Amino acid sequence: MLNLDAKLPGGPIEEAWTNHKDQLRLVGPNNRPKYKVLVVGTGLAGASAAASMAAMGYQVESFCFQDSPRRAHSIAAQGGINASKNYRNDGDSTWRLFTDTQKGGDFRSRESNVYRLAELSTAIIDQCVSQGVPFAREYGGKLANRSFGGVLVERTFYCRGETGQQLLLGAYSAMQEQISQDRIKMHTRTEVLDFVVIDGQLRGLITRNLVTGEIKRHSADAVVLATGGYGNVFYLSTNAKGSNVSSLMRAYRRGAGFANPCFTQIHPTSIPASGDYQSKLTLMSESLRNDGRIWVPRDKDEKRSPKDIPETERYYYLEERYPRFGNLVPRDVAARNAKDVCDQGLGVGPTGYGVYLDFASAIKEKGAAAVKSKYSNLFEMYQRITDDDPVETPMRIYPAVHYTMGGLWVDYNLMTTIPGLYAAGESNFADHGANRLGASSLMQCLADGYFVVPVTIGDYLSRITPGEIGTEHDQFAKVENEVREQTSKLLSINGDRSTQSFHRELGKIMWEHCGISRTRESLEEGLEKIPKLREEFWNNVRVTGEGNHLNQSLEHAGRVADFFDFGELMCYDALTRDESCGCHLREEHQTPEGEAKRNDDDYAFVSVFEHKGAGEKPELNKEALEFEAFPLATRNYKS
Amino acid sequence: MRIKIHVWRQKSADDKGHMESHQLDGLTPDMSFLEMLDTLNEKLTAEGTEPVAFDHDCREGVCGSCSMVVNGEAHGPRSETTTCQLYMRSFDDGAEVFVEPFRAAAFPVVRDLVVDRSAFDRIIQAGGFISNHSGPKPEPNSIPIEPMVQEAALDAASCIGCGACVAACPNGSAMLFTSAKVSHLGMLPQGQTERFERVESMVNQMEAEGFGSCRNYAECEAQCPKGISIAFIGRMNADYLKSQLVKPDDTRGKMHAQ
Amino acid sequence: MNRFSKFYASSIGKKFIAAVTGLILFGFLAGHVAGNLKVYTGADQVEIEGTEAAVNVPHIDQYGHFLREVGEPLVPKMFVLWGARAVLLASVILHVMVVIQLSLKSAEARPVNYVKSKKAAASWAARYMMVSGSVVLAFIIFHLLHFTAGAIVIGEFEHGKVYKNLQSSFANPLVSLGYVVVMAMLAFHMYHGVWSLFQTLGLDNPDRNKILRGFAIVASIGIAVGFASVPLAFLVGALPELGEYPSYLLEK
Repeated sequence: MLNLDAKLPGGPIEEAWTNHKDQLRLVGPNNRPKYKVLVVGTGLAGASAAASMAAMGYQVESFCFQDSPRRAHSIAAQGGINASKNYRNDGDSTWRLFTDTQKGGDFRSRESNVYRLAELSTAIIDQCVSQGVPFAREYGGKLANRSFGGVLVERTFYCRGETGQQLLLGAYSAMQEQISQDRIKMHTRTEVLDFVVIDGQLRGLITRNLVTGEIKRHSADAVVLATGGYGNVFYLSTNAKGSNVSSLMRAYRRGAGFANPCFTQIHPTSIPASGDYQSKLTLMSESLRNDGRIWVPRDKDEKRSPKDIPETERYYYLEERYPRFGNLVPRDVAARNAKDVCDQGLGVGPTGYGVYLDFASAIKEKGAAAVKSKYSNLFEMYQRITDDDPVETPMRIYPAVHYTMGGLWVDYNLMTTIPGLYAAGESNFADHGANRLGASSLMQCLADGYFVVPVTIGDYLSRITPGEIGTEHDQFAKVENEVREQTSKLLSINGDRSTQSFHRELGKIMWEHCGISRTRESLEEGLEKIPKLREEFWNNVRVTGEGNHLNQSLEHAGRVADFFDFGELMCYDALTRDESCGCHLREEHQTPEGEAKRNDDDYAFVSVFEHKGAGEKPELNKEALEFEAFPLATRNYKS
Repeated sequence: MRIKIHVWRQKSADDKGHMESHQLDGLTPDMSFLEMLDTLNEKLTAEGTEPVAFDHDCREGVCGSCSMVVNGEAHGPRSETTTCQLYMRSFDDGAEVFVEPFRAAAFPVVRDLVVDRSAFDRIIQAGGFISNHSGPKPEPNSIPIEPMVQEAALDAASCIGCGACVAACPNGSAMLFTSAKVSHLGMLPQGQTERFERVESMVNQMEAEGFGSCRNYAECEAQCPKGISIAFIGRMNADYLKSQLVKPDDTRGKMHAQ
Repeated sequence: MNRFSKFYASSIGKKFIAAVTGLILFGFLAGHVAGNLKVYTGADQVEIEGTEAAVNVPHIDQYGHFLREVGEPLVPKMFVLWGARAVLLASVILHVMVVIQLSLKSAEARPVNYVKSKKAAASWAARYMMVSGSVVLAFIIFHLLHFTAGAIVIGEFEHGKVYKNLQSSFANPLVSLGYVVVMAMLAFHMYHGVWSLFQTLGLDNPDRNKILRGFAIVASIGIAVGFASVPLAFLVGALPELGEYPSYLLEK
């Protein structure tokens, strides 16, 4: 049984964070250098947390598997970052951002965390501007905003289509400042392979230097995990190739509860895979649906080019199925319907998994030039990848795994169920419930990193003696041994199949059985297939090379090994959550329009899984969700 | 389609390294360049030899991990395109393709196509930031920024730090990278306080890392996947010269009347 | 000193020196070519005192004389000329020195060359600056020995008789055509160098880039054509024989 005391603040939600902060224990400035905090991951959450804590005076060490902290996948976020500045005077407020996020998450997130996120949003913008992040400005030189993702206010700040890059460079440069002052010790090309928990407290971790293969122990007074999402369990996703779930899974095996692992956001408009060799998917902004009409041929055996197919033989399935919303139905509905028509054999493109997004009507109405200028960089990007001009021929799109709302369970202080282990950003579960609002992921990462963890971590640190347990402790030796064993095991199997082929097959299983929509049968079947494939993996994978040099096959194999265990956990979560909510659609529970039908009476809780040992079923723990400030309501995109 | 690929193999930094050739069949024009390398690696793994190591991550052109020179050009033949966004349709069927790591003394090869670009991080550490702590900050709209200035700063800040400029420059110079960062911060009002100190220390670090000198070839701009302009190099030159030749606001110390 | 050596140690500092000395040399060339054009304006007819006979004193000879005397009486004869020569000599030495140092550093920066390399932007002029520069440097030494010191005599040589010296040297097609070839190299060097110096000094930007590049093209071609026209004109006999005159006439 996990201890799921979320340490929720009492009192009115508007003052909760302030009051909570005032109650937290602090570490004095002269004592901070005695505490060593390790931060894993250097995306927005990790970089901002490391920089903030180092500036406060803690001894920080930071780890990333990339060759530079600047390359973390936060860099690829395009759209923008929300903040309830209300610059447009359109009625925005902390309260509205809070309620929008709650509604967006379909009431499966923790109210007090979400309110805090909304409250901190404005300070993030101030912080980033002071770092030199060049947010878009209006003619008078004031900050510009745009609207994003079906909300009624304009609160999104942006830097062209590269907001994530600019915010990450801001956090990265703050980090570099601290490195230059020797307050952060940076370990690049270093992967965290396990955690050392002694008497129920996190005391350190084991890393592998990816260049030399050196396995090393690091003692710590606290560790912050900021390792991002795990969409790569599907093999094809919009995540970076290196994004993985290993740190989270290894923390999970050491006692951290994993919350809502099955909540996966699937983006309806990505460029479809063009063949089996496809290695990742590229997102196209959803704004394309404003002017594009989505269709597939009515005939399964259609061979003509899309332009030659007459109107009557085109199936505008969204417009037919959802006459009121048409092509602008919510993300999840659009995604599910695309998969549905493709599963019926109507899909287009070389793989049969794609639908047309056609701009012909908009071009007829507004002119090619107008449409082209509106979407210029998207059209360019599409053409670069597919060699098709969307003005001449319809785009092909297909849904892609994009963001994972689940993650390690954390309390209000962002501490996991292992004391001393924190999780920030996409790697925790707290703020987005069952679905994330557009332009909110950057906000959450930076709120956690700049403003929450640096404050709350002191409360834990002040209760422990710094440097109490060193790396000579037996448990370090034990965990290090286990890490070495796994590495040599992977290298010794020497089977017939590459890691890549296993990963691909696992991804297909996940997509088929735990993807856009799920049923009891599909999940149960998935739960049978995964262990079989895993067994084959452990007996038949081929990892070439040795452990003492840069060996990308070995890295990949280690990550895929964790994806197997995680995929199983994900299916198990989806199976036990016998309701639909947000992105989680159990086909048994949907409205006649195909919308998720929540069951608040039985499932208004966070599913937190506890590891019970290899081969054992995880134990489901529940954190009940209370909705006091903003009562439960049903999502409604019809009015 | 099929190609003959000549790829650089080097076991470690100390190894001498050599080119290795492979015939690859069954490719398609819609394959990305990195997917072609994946295919090669699958083939090598199946044959029981070690796959080619190469850095890659986001595969959508922003992380700046790819570090290869394709047929003599950093990131290959398409302008303003990273290797991961390069597709095989840019090559003829039956083409010979040469793949080499970014080459510079300051970017030692780690293995095969993987190079060590930590010199860039150290240049940033020398001053590529606005000194700051996390905490309450002034209202950003209290310092308006002209959209023109903001756009120019963003042009500079679009640099993905891949190092193609160094790889492309016949002199292995890092002026484009350094100037992009210097300019991004130096143009914004927030960056004024440390402007001249920043340019001086970043340039000094750049020199210390062993990059070559700029000879205004503009090869860096042409091969930069983000099309960063050499205008920033000119701008950095001006700022550096000011920092060295004119001491801005030099009012410390005693003076005597005449 | 510390401040200067620090500046000199940086590549931008060295490039600044290359640019400033380049600018000085460019200014000199512009003045030099303007002076050279005086071969086309002919001569003044001067009567030799006490006789009816008149001789031609070429304008270019008078100009040369002027350069030797300019600044008198404030400073002695030849002072300005030697001052200018000192500045020019220092410029050439510094220019060559920093460029060699920069090239050495750059060579170290790329210890292993690409098996296959391709240029996407760099012009031929930019890539062969060291070659064109070396040719020009060798030429300068030759040129000084030839027309300034008179140590290398081709045809006839008499100090101060510029027109006659030119005419007799350039009658030799090897010399005149050699000069033309070198001027082409000089144009090549300046084509990149003149624009490059503005960029190095931080004076170029997208707004004036076209103008500065246009200026570099016009100036390099203009200067080279101006220089090269003189040997060609003498070679083809387009310029008249002006005859002898006594040197003291230049004093008038």
